[in-house]
Amino acid sequence: MKSPQFAYHRPQSVADATALLARLENAKVLAGGQSLMPMLNMRYALPDHVVDINRIPELSGITIEGDRITIGAMTRQRDIERSDALFARAPIFREALRHVGHIQTRSRGTIGGSLCHLDPAAELPGLVRLFDGTVHVIGPGGERSIAATDWGLGYMTPAIGADEIATAITFNVWSGRRGEAFEEFARRHGDFAIAGAGVRLQLDTGGHIARVAMVLVGVDVAPVRLLEAETALVGRAPDAAAIAVAKSGLDPLDVLSDAQNSAAYRKHIAGVMLARAFRRAAQSAGAHHA
Amino acid sequence: MHDPTPEAGKARHAISLTVNGTAHAVDVDPRQHLGDFLRQTLQLTGTHLGCEHGVCGACTVIVDGAPVRACLILAVQADGASVTTVEGLAGKEGALHPIQSAFRAHHGLQCGFCTPGMLTTLAAFLADNTSPTEAEVREAISGNLCRCTGYQTIVEAALSAAQTLRGEG
Amino acid sequence: MGARYFGAAVQRKEDDRLVVGRGRYLDDVALPGMLHAAYVRASDAHARITNIDSSAALGVPGVIAVFTARDFGAENRPTAQMAPSPLLQQAPTWSPLADKHVCYVGEPVAMVVAETRALAEDAAALVIVETDPLPAVTDYKSALDPGAPLAHADLKSNLAASMQARFGDVAGVFARAARVIPVTLEMHRGGCHAMECRGVVAAWSPAGDELTVYSSTQSPYPVRKGIARHLGLDEHCVRVIAPDVGGGFGPKAVFYPEELSVPLAAQRVGRPVKWIEDRREHILATTQQRDQLWTVEVAVAADGRLLGLRGRIVHDNGAYVPYGLILPGTTVQSLPGPYALEALDVTLDVALTNFVPTTPVRGAGRPNAAFALERIADIVARDVGLDPAEIRRRSFVKAAQMPYPTGLNGRDGTPIAYDGCDFHQSLELALARFDAGDFRRRQTAARAEGRYLGMGIATYVEDTGLAPFEGATVRVDSNGRVIVETGAASQGQGHATIFAQIAADQLGVDIADVTVKSADTGVFPLGIGTIASRVAVTGGSSVLMAARNVRAKALKIAAVMLEAAESELTLEDGHVQVAGGSNKKLPLGALAARLEGIPGLPMPPGITPGLSDTAYFEARQTTFACGSNVAEVEVDIETGGVKVHRYVVAHDCGLLINPMLVDGQIRGGVVHGIGNALFERMIYDEGGQPLTTNYGEYLLPTAPEMPNIEIVHTQTPSERNPLGVKGAGEGGTIPATACIIAAIEDALAPFGIALREHPVSPQRLIELLADKG
Repeated sequence: MKSPQFAYHRPQSVADATALLARLENAKVLAGGQSLMPMLNMRYALPDHVVDINRIPELSGITIEGDRITIGAMTRQRDIERSDALFARAPIFREALRHVGHIQTRSRGTIGGSLCHLDPAAELPGLVRLFDGTVHVIGPGGERSIAATDWGLGYMTPAIGADEIATAITFNVWSGRRGEAFEEFARRHGDFAIAGAGVRLQLDTGGHIARVAMVLVGVDVAPVRLLEAETALVGRAPDAAAIAVAKSGLDPLDVLSDAQNSAAYRKHIAGVMLARAFRRAAQSAGAHHA
Repeated sequence: MHDPTPEAGKARHAISLTVNGTAHAVDVDPRQHLGDFLRQTLQLTGTHLGCEHGVCGACTVIVDGAPVRACLILAVQADGASVTTVEGLAGKEGALHPIQSAFRAHHGLQCGFCTPGMLTTLAAFLADNTSPTEAEVREAISGNLCRCTGYQTIVEAALSAAQTLRGEG
Repeated sequence: MGARYFGAAVQRKEDDRLVVGRGRYLDDVALPGMLHAAYVRASDAHARITNIDSSAALGVPGVIAVFTARDFGAENRPTAQMAPSPLLQQAPTWSPLADKHVCYVGEPVAMVVAETRALAEDAAALVIVETDPLPAVTDYKSALDPGAPLAHADLKSNLAASMQARFGDVAGVFARAARVIPVTLEMHRGGCHAMECRGVVAAWSPAGDELTVYSSTQSPYPVRKGIARHLGLDEHCVRVIAPDVGGGFGPKAVFYPEELSVPLAAQRVGRPVKWIEDRREHILATTQQRDQLWTVEVAVAADGRLLGLRGRIVHDNGAYVPYGLILPGTTVQSLPGPYALEALDVTLDVALTNFVPTTPVRGAGRPNAAFALERIADIVARDVGLDPAEIRRRSFVKAAQMPYPTGLNGRDGTPIAYDGCDFHQSLELALARFDAGDFRRRQTAARAEGRYLGMGIATYVEDTGLAPFEGATVRVDSNGRVIVETGAASQGQGHATIFAQIAADQLGVDIADVTVKSADTGVFPLGIGTIASRVAVTGGSSVLMAARNVRAKALKIAAVMLEAAESELTLEDGHVQVAGGSNKKLPLGALAARLEGIPGLPMPPGITPGLSDTAYFEARQTTFACGSNVAEVEVDIETGGVKVHRYVVAHDCGLLINPMLVDGQIRGGVVHGIGNALFERMIYDEGGQPLTTNYGEYLLPTAPEMPNIEIVHTQTPSERNPLGVKGAGEGGTIPATACIIAAIEDALAPFGIALREHPVSPQRLIELLADKG
């Protein structure tokens, strides 16, 4: 199980990287490699060129300015998991990252790599969608900002060109009385989830839902936000009835199936995870009903 | 159509890296992963390849302090890195790392094939967390498959090694 | 003499090398000039090969040769049957490379030899194999029905063999039974998944008349025999070495086509050739097991006692029969398990299918039988309204009945008779440690909170120490070092340690002064293989016998050299000493030096050269290990997720040579069985294409999901070997699947869920719960 031959390129700057990608035929970008390398070893990927963007310093790091958070696309999952500053503003990242592969893969895996691979069950694209984030990419045509809602075009197909690289992810966090939680169900720890759910909510002074976001992973080719249910929840107490409203967001969904998991089961699990995440998010926001 | 032998693919890349404290400067085939490089080029055959698709963990080595799967990183990417393999866990005079001694004392290995990856994973994990719970140890090795032990004695060995590393044992 | 090491939790001799990365596994073997092989494997489950075009592959720089069946000529013929049986009706075996047909996805079709493995894979991708697909047998359950497609186009049916297990007055027992309960059970296919895949290195001598093969095998001697016979070589010209082997679990005991094609390729290219099975190949081409369908009826007395069993088993054999009927045989010979049945009439039909062959995987056919018998006992318990433990108490063979002839005959045709098993004691020990009473209270309280705890029990009996023999040479060299040489190969069990324990005790030396060499046909002449939990019994007893003889010889030569009577001598701390305060003593090394011979000095009268002896322990009667397991699980009825909270094993494998190693065998075995219950399933589509070809799809047990396993030992010495031991390698696995499934069913008892299969996935549980509304 050995990789096919390819030419290896290691640009030192974003400009070098995009110039290479503009020039080379059948090139693959090597980020953390935790998805590309198995695909190479199994010969599912057959690039002629591999462009390694691991030596471009400006692509890594976490910046927090007020409510705005910027995570460089090449920031390792391990560093996101360990960031106390990020944990203070968005603890759901640490919680979700515990489910992402294993410590060895998080050492190398990056947030940008996860977004660009776009496995349907991947947690990080789900979180970016949960936070209404933006993915910043750069290519021959210059820089583009792609809203998370527009990121997934199809099965493992993000809205990034073959000659572009992701540079950063930005999103805003809520302050005030807020809570967030991530739940997923996998056969074994670290496996791709059968389905997962992330919930963040903000309560008003009366303990009612001021804002809420709910995302599901594993159910469709890209993370799914339950926007209608979110709207319906505003102004309600985060109680059992609210959870039923949240789960009603699943009703219209067409859900993926595979050799091991039926669509019906995935949908069922998504609902269970959503309810659990909602309950915990409400609890961490200080609600008493859920 | 993929050309299996593009001319550019034959270009080798000069890298220099430190493995178990020894500096090496070598030319590598770009497609060679770090596991094959350690085993074939440096003859450090303690690092084992169990699946080559990043699930079994047998090939885990420590790169710049972090445990990584050697089958999921190209050798050329290790240019400039400091790599520790199972052969480098013991001290200079051959004194075993506490996790190595604990594996022996607790029967944490049978066939020994997953063992190098278990040891490197746990050595890196215990460097971060010297007071782990049993559940944390189990999670730390969730990316390492073992078919012989049922994991229990590996977990016991890790908890015992943590105690030693804390100076309690 | 008092044992110093026997029975002690001695740290392993193997570990010094293995914890520092100095093992030597198959892929660590590097020979000068060595080339690397990659296979082109069938992508059809069943097809006729119409053409193979290797021209593009041959053009890849670094490629030395591409071989197809035609290139190997007369040597590309089916292998000899490893385990002949008169019951075999049709037993196709595989060839080094598939010739006219391919019969399972993964069957080797062509072989590329190149300077590196990566280049060999580059070229293998360019070999074009054209095929005409044929109808494939991908449902073993209907494979024997009229009109089923044929797994082999040139055979008349898919029936490889039909085996019977029969005793007692079946009609009478069923006629007077208080109830007769029909039961249908299914068990699914998984694999061994040793962490080291298979591998072969072959090198011919410069003259081309001697062949050395390194193989990651459990059975170096059968591999030697297979190669020698197939290639027409004298056995002494073939040396097979199993280096450190990274786990076996059964499938590495089989003689594989690659063990012929690699030597054939090496011969033709005139250089050593290495092939390392990659993980995808392992999942496609290493033998698997466990698919069986049981359609049986159980006869039950008014008090719930199990009286009789009758019905049919269909067994999925896969496409070829390289290993005879060993696997299905262990299923039928495991009946009636621990139950004192009055009558039995079960037919097992072995069906050929277009899947990779099945051969024993840890436990062989026994976990199937245990799953069936334990499920049946639970079904009867529920039907009668008795506690599952009580059904067993009423139905078990009693300790006073030992030795207990089951009514069936073993592989050698002699009656099977259990020895030294106390099933009642084993069950009560496990229940007591588990504290079943406390559990039922906790279970009730948890259900009130909407949490579903369950408890399962399972008891087993296992034939261990399989005939015919293993052997060992024990010798002392002039440094006083003790060398044990044996044919018994090791795959992590710790044989070197237990053999050293046995030899060190007999010869009064430190265990550090014992070296064990094994699994090299050039070192020891005969061996059978490390299968069927047999090596501690057969190999260990051989070491004991040989070491005793060496001890006797040491005393004899010492008596001459010390001019004392043998009866005055003691052997301790590596020295023979004259008793009674005399300081006259000689180290073992000096005795060995004398017996190694000194030019010109005749040997002492009546003493043969060499302080050594070779002994073969011949197993005449199988020895039986037994035990009971109790598990506690929690089922999340929202997700179907199962968490194993506790696992208790009561175990009797006779005297423990090294309790630490026995516990390791049990725990690893249990976890394999838990894998079979919860995770492991080889999935194929209707056309026979495997869908679980990597470790993201085929799920092995991992650490967070596994429980700690508590073990209670009893030690009933076996009277069937001089060590008093019984095998321990598979007893963990055999009952574990049944135990976990029983616990899940118990957890879901409020919903009336019936589990008749394994593994059960969370999805399956949710479906079953939904069916119950």
